[in-house]
Amino acid sequence: MRLRDFLVPPVFGIAPPGLVLPPPELKAKLEEKEKSREGVSTGMAHLVKPGEVDLSHGVILYLEDISVSFDGFKALNSLSLAIDAGELRCIIGPNGAGKTTMMDVITGKTRPDSGSAFFGQTMNLKRMSEAEIAHSGIGRKFQKPTIFEQHSVFENLELAMKTDKRVRRSLFAELDDTTRDRIAETLRLIRLDTEAARPAGLLSHGQKQWLEIGMLLMQEPKLLLLDEPVAGMTDEETERTAELFKSLAGKHSLVVVEHDMAFIKQLGGKVTVLHEGSVIAEGGLETVQNDPRVIEVYLGR
Amino acid sequence: MRTPLIIRFYRALGPKGAAALAVFALLTLVLVPLLHLAVPKDSFFHVSDYTITLGGKIMCYAIVAVAMDLIWGYAGILSLGHGVFFALGGYAFGMYLMRQIGRDGSYQSDLPDFMVFLDWKALPWYWSGSDSFLWAVILVLVVPALLAFLFGYFAFRSRIKGVYFSIITQAMTFAAMLFFFRNETGFGGNNGFTDFKRILGYSITSPEMRVTLFALSALMLMATLALGRYLVTSRFGRVLAAVRDAESRVMFIGYNPLWYKLAIWTLSAMLCAVAGALYVPQVGIINPGEMSPANSIEIAIWVAVGGRATLIGAVIGAVIVNLAKSFFTVAFPEYWLFFLGFLFIAVTLWLPDGVVGLWKRLRRSASAEIPPSPPLSKGGDK
Repeated sequence: MRLRDFLVPPVFGIAPPGLVLPPPELKAKLEEKEKSREGVSTGMAHLVKPGEVDLSHGVILYLEDISVSFDGFKALNSLSLAIDAGELRCIIGPNGAGKTTMMDVITGKTRPDSGSAFFGQTMNLKRMSEAEIAHSGIGRKFQKPTIFEQHSVFENLELAMKTDKRVRRSLFAELDDTTRDRIAETLRLIRLDTEAARPAGLLSHGQKQWLEIGMLLMQEPKLLLLDEPVAGMTDEETERTAELFKSLAGKHSLVVVEHDMAFIKQLGGKVTVLHEGSVIAEGGLETVQNDPRVIEVYLGR
Repeated sequence: MRTPLIIRFYRALGPKGAAALAVFALLTLVLVPLLHLAVPKDSFFHVSDYTITLGGKIMCYAIVAVAMDLIWGYAGILSLGHGVFFALGGYAFGMYLMRQIGRDGSYQSDLPDFMVFLDWKALPWYWSGSDSFLWAVILVLVVPALLAFLFGYFAFRSRIKGVYFSIITQAMTFAAMLFFFRNETGFGGNNGFTDFKRILGYSITSPEMRVTLFALSALMLMATLALGRYLVTSRFGRVLAAVRDAESRVMFIGYNPLWYKLAIWTLSAMLCAVAGALYVPQVGIINPGEMSPANSIEIAIWVAVGGRATLIGAVIGAVIVNLAKSFFTVAFPEYWLFFLGFLFIAVTLWLPDGVVGLWKRLRRSASAEIPPSPPLSKGGDK
């Protein structure tokens, strides 16, 4: 703990400068959620650390009544969603349901017209820039893998590593044993430990996807947003990816947007169904699949 | 627990690179000076004035080529205006050389001849301090760096890239050339600076001075190569190469490409300036022709011929093209530009990786008969 943490009064109601507290209506929701978890709520005050995700209520991401429209088209229509810390959540929905727009809102690429978005209890995503959001611990993987093809797999991970990224530091940076170990650990996790010295451009499509996931992990994100991570993968690679994600859940929170139902089944987490910019169903895959509204949306009208 | 920089430089060079540098040092700092100074002129082993000057000149060009390779080969920024930094370095040192002439000019005046010719009565303000060697060195380093920094800051901040960047660098050197052509600018106009007599009071035409300048050029070239090798093998270099290949991705993982590009761009300009300052006393003249767009394009050709992103390729390219140039301009002066154009087309079509790429390809096909060794898996972390 640093000195300034002691300077922050340990009272929930008084936040240090620069911190934004959830609006009252959201707070009420939070408390409601807290009550629903029997025995967990203590009602005790806790320290609010600037720049760190406050997971005291077990929720890492809160979207509340988010609406976004582009030229009159409502991409998101009062969407509400809460992701628990350590959760593995799948988002499905037909084309144009607003999945990518939702990701854009979370990462700050798109500003919502209304509603609130919070990362942990204290970070208002609406008031943060893209870079700030990425720095605070939300990592995003895009559909198309973008890696540095000329660099080796190892160097790709090294470049992505969370560290001081200013010129002066990079000029004199040396790899110490702890970072080497961290890179080696990530390499094992993404099953590329035998490919460490290979140029990344020579990897298979699936391996490139893994490498990009590995690069995300090197940035030590709390929340991972993964947009169609198994697109173009073989069945075996898809299965391995599911295993990887399951092993990541708990330590990280994951939000996976996917069309591949077999993959979602393997992941086995909670599923949220989006349609026309709002949530129409949420729950286990079985429950969701038997929901009459979901069936209607997917099988046509 | 940091590894000392000197050891890291050595590691970056590798044993082969360090050995090559040592041989080069022995050659240029000991052998050639001895053969020039100590061996009688009529001996077969004597190295002539012409050879020394040509060698020194080409080494200055090689420094420029390495500086160019750093930004083009490694950061993907093609500058077609690097001649301006070279020339500015030359002019900055040339001012000092002009003042060293003293009253030995044609008009026996304290002012440089061209100022007397223009009927100027005193030195313009920006010539103040030009009689100091130290001030000249400072100008050589600072003026081109400042220009590069400002130009680069605005260009890179506006995310000007690729061919657009190349075109404005051409415009920059062209504008600078026109500016220096004017007599009123105060840098000798069309004729530039020439008729140098002394450096630090020593005659500029003495064999000792010639050898000293030659050795300094060699030292600078070696320092440039070592520094360049260190930079491209550091994390800084890896970030630069990443900027070259996928700039938006680099931003996304938290680097600001602006400062990386600006750092290497400014450093490259400074290296060119030092090369220019070493070049001018050896060839004895600097004029705005050095800023002509064609000169800057030629620098890019040196690097393309030698092979991009190899550093040593830049040196090889500069040597090959300039040796060919000195041959052609004596034997068939009117065909030199045709040959240069042909060379550029030939390299682009058949040798995209330049001479170094060809060398690598030949070695690979020579070793292809032996079955390839199994891929090395690095890191015994199993």
